[in-house]
Amino acid sequence: MKRINTLLIEKQLGGLKAGDEVLLSGIVYTARDQAHKRLAEAIKKRSSLPIDLKGAFIYYCGPTATPRGKVIGSCGPTTSFRMDEFTPVLLKVGLRGMIGKGRRSKEVCRQIKKYKAVYFLTYAGCGALLSKYVVKAEPIAYKELGPEAVYKLEVKDFPLIVGVDSQGRSVYD
Amino acid sequence: MRRITASWIRDLVAQLCLKANFTLRGDVITQLKSAYIREKGKRTKDILAAIMDNSAIARRENLAICQDTGMPCVFIEIGQEVIIKGDLKKAVNKGIEDGYKKGCLRSSVVRDPLLRGKPVYGPAVIHIDIVRGDKLKIIVLPKGFGCENKSRLRMFNPTIEINAIKEFIIETVKMAGPEACPPYIIGVGIGGTADYATFLAKKALLKKIANSPLRKLSNPIKKLEQELMAEINKLNIGPMGLGGKSTVIGVNIETYPTHIAGLPVAVNISCHALRSATGII
Ligand code: SF4
Repeated sequence: MKRINTLLIEKQLGGLKAGDEVLLSGIVYTARDQAHKRLAEAIKKRSSLPIDLKGAFIYYCGPTATPRGKVIGSCGPTTSFRMDEFTPVLLKVGLRGMIGKGRRSKEVCRQIKKYKAVYFLTYAGCGALLSKYVVKAEPIAYKELGPEAVYKLEVKDFPLIVGVDSQGRSVYD
Repeated sequence: MRRITASWIRDLVAQLCLKANFTLRGDVITQLKSAYIREKGKRTKDILAAIMDNSAIARRENLAICQDTGMPCVFIEIGQEVIIKGDLKKAVNKGIEDGYKKGCLRSSVVRDPLLRGKPVYGPAVIHIDIVRGDKLKIIVLPKGFGCENKSRLRMFNPTIEINAIKEFIIETVKMAGPEACPPYIIGVGIGGTADYATFLAKKALLKKIANSPLRKLSNPIKKLEQELMAEINKLNIGPMGLGGKSTVIGVNIETYPTHIAGLPVAVNISCHALRSATGII
């Protein structure tokens, strides 16, 4: 199976095709509904962002609380299409990788192609299993949102399937 | 009369939250295993294996099966010979809070549906029924919203053909597509009123999934369940929506008498992480 790293994404994303299975290592940021709303608003107002989105990976995930002795709690993907209205703005400022579950809108697929980004799927409803691929986790922004805060995660060999490739092709078409 | 103290209820609810979120139901595991055997494609098998691995890790390490530990739904049957000392609903909600805190389960409920705000643990959606006897039965069903968002209700004409009802149910699954974490378990409520049909659809998810060969069934509702299952599994949605024969691993129907002028049908979809736990005091 192909291994990719978030540090080398600009080089590696172009070679991926919808349906490919890959293992991801590096840094990803969690963000779901409320964090997306806030990020998009901040971009529109040109105010500073709590994370650097240039070349960034976002994981649509709101983990459980972290049990004692563990790096993170259960942390599977949430439904991606709820972020669709915010995704184009984020892509424009540099977002390159997204991880979630389910389909994306036609418009998001077009924008993914335009910005040469990639949307990945991961095992849905498998938060306990996926926690094993997270080596470090810390909340870094919007902490007042609780599970909807932005966490910085370091992942190792996180299992993914390419959902929409940088040509805008979807595995669901 | 039998006295039951509210604090026992609180403790039981807390335990049930942990059990439901850490231990996948036996009937669900059985159906996942047969889906694994049925499927031929490598990727489909891999996904089903990941789902089963996930439930084993959750059980072994006391981790939530899914990070969406749901809106807690609590079904209570109170024997009519029971006297409850203390505040029942308060005890249930305190129990939810205790259990969710202890298990590091996620706070996924906002107090105000419009203003939203920081998520908290409860309140639960509580359904209370009074039955015969001197026992108190509690079922906790943490319902994730990836699948709850796909619920549908239709008020059919009373003269409608059964095929149109089937089509409505199949269409609901089609609309859910890959988003609600297939393989699914489908809860269907037929009859009653609009509100009662949606309640029945949810309640149907509490029933044990039992798949038996169609030809052996004489009960028309059981037959309908199996026919729906066979037809939905031709949709090729499959695990994670990436294709396969296992779009659903169970269809459960609950019915109730209804009015001469109507035929309410509600569908409540559950993801493969169908979690519920039962306790009796
Ligand atoms: S639909 Fe079910 S399995 Fe999927 S994220 Fe929600 S609760 Fe988890």
